[in-house]
Amino acid sequence: MMKLSIGDVQPQRMLFDEPILLKCGEILSNYQLTFETYGTLNEEKTNAVLVCHALNASHHVAGTYNGDEKTIGWWDNLIGPGKPLDTNLFFVIGVNNLGGCHGSTGPSSINPVTTEPWGSTFPMVTVEDWVETQARLGTKLGIEVFAAVIGGSLGGMQALQWTIDQPKRLKNAVIVAAAPKLSAQNIAFNEVARQAITLDPEFYDGDFYQQKVLPRTGLKIARMIGHITYLSDDAMDAKFGRSLREDALKFNFDTEFQIESYLRYQGDKFAESFDANTYLRITKALDYFDPAAKCSGKLAATLCHSQANYLVISFTSDWRFSPKRSREMVDALVANKLNVSYAEIDSPHGHDAFLMDEPVYHNLIAAYFDRVWKEGKDE
Amino acid sequence: MSRHNKVRRQDYQIITEMILDGSTVLDLGCGDGSLLSHLKKTRNVSGYGVEKDDRNVLASLSNGINVVQSDLEQGLAGFGDETFDYVVLSLTLQAVHQTETIINEMLRVGRQVIVTFPNFGFWRHRLQIFFGQTPVSKELPYQWYDTPNVHVLTINDFEKFCAHHNVRIIDRVVINETSRSINILPNLLGTLAIYRFDKEQR
Repeated sequence: MMKLSIGDVQPQRMLFDEPILLKCGEILSNYQLTFETYGTLNEEKTNAVLVCHALNASHHVAGTYNGDEKTIGWWDNLIGPGKPLDTNLFFVIGVNNLGGCHGSTGPSSINPVTTEPWGSTFPMVTVEDWVETQARLGTKLGIEVFAAVIGGSLGGMQALQWTIDQPKRLKNAVIVAAAPKLSAQNIAFNEVARQAITLDPEFYDGDFYQQKVLPRTGLKIARMIGHITYLSDDAMDAKFGRSLREDALKFNFDTEFQIESYLRYQGDKFAESFDANTYLRITKALDYFDPAAKCSGKLAATLCHSQANYLVISFTSDWRFSPKRSREMVDALVANKLNVSYAEIDSPHGHDAFLMDEPVYHNLIAAYFDRVWKEGKDE
Repeated sequence: MSRHNKVRRQDYQIITEMILDGSTVLDLGCGDGSLLSHLKKTRNVSGYGVEKDDRNVLASLSNGINVVQSDLEQGLAGFGDETFDYVVLSLTLQAVHQTETIINEMLRVGRQVIVTFPNFGFWRHRLQIFFGQTPVSKELPYQWYDTPNVHVLTINDFEKFCAHHNVRIIDRVVINETSRSINILPNLLGTLAIYRFDKEQR
């Protein structure tokens, strides 16, 4: 049974005037972040939990807009009153990352210098840059130390990066369905997605806004290929099999199989709602993510200053970031004698399992946040 | 299962006595994490449990211990050499399939290993076999058809194994049902054996 959602929520904006030197070497002299909060920050400001989003999500983590069920937040099944991450206890923050397209400064925003959309001139952003800007948002909200930072997939990578870059500013990191870096295959899929976008004639090298067009075809194909990697072979087979939309084969290139119809629908929907330049940059941020690189590839050495407690979760049928990738993180954490628990959830849903309401998975998150809450109270 | 829990408590008591304050422990097949939780309180250890079962992983997490979900039979790959002061395998040796692999892996990741198992050579077990039945006792509480145990063993079996596998026994405690330490005829009179050992240096 669905537990009650937090109800209607409102996005907020925070402006930052202090320039940020990005990892790529460029400087943004000012920017804004769009975020949402759920629950109440306690007087000691010790119950804040930051939720980091993955490739195509946003700051809208839980709740609805104007009572419209269709606008439900992307992790609403996990976060809310009485839910595994309980907003009756915790002050939860969702933030749209820098470079995003849901209200935070990104390629589709207006560059104040040129008064044109940034487009192709918007700099590359990295996981490190996101962590830095999220930490600055925390500071502005008066949060010195986060009780936890949680994320799935690319969001989990941000949680890991937090423990490396801001070791004193979080107590716990919950890393779900992530990896310590992308494999060649992961990068390969991202590159196909990027090629689809950049070769779309409506892309105009990233400056399509002025042309009043959108590279819909490219984004659509990018989303279709991404979607395949989020599902497992078995899950896809169970959901679609070889079902046809009509009774018989038509021997043409129309949408014949249900899976084709599904992918095209997902692709079309996405192409209308997501910015192509943001998509390109986020896939690059994924490719570049490799915190161990600064310690000659040794993840354990990279984590030597970390102090957080960790919960790492993977899913058996996730072939995008398989359990083996999570174990790499766990083993590096154990080598540093850091507190870490690891669960490998038996799920048929592939990478997308992290977004699903699976009892074994959600019970673990609930038990972990119960610990976080008790530890916070004991101090 | 309360009779079995009593065996577990006896077992925990002796393991705790073998472990030094402030050490690091890997508990294989940690169940709900109660041994590690006990060691944390009484010996200030830091450590991790390894557990396969979903419910036990959740219980361990709720008990506030570090737990890594993994199947022991797959070995301990991922844990570095000599990562832990002690690797503990409590009341589980008789239930593992790959006995040699596990003991070698334990010796690799731990400086010392503590293993406990029910002694199949206990006289009452022998008596049951004499009368033609598979032994059932507090220590071996299962029927032949529902037991997880695949390699029941005696104290003599284990010591022979150690002699042939370059294992140096540091400590041995054998007890009976009333937790009394058995020094005479342990393989006949002991119900539970607790060994602490390491790799023989050659």
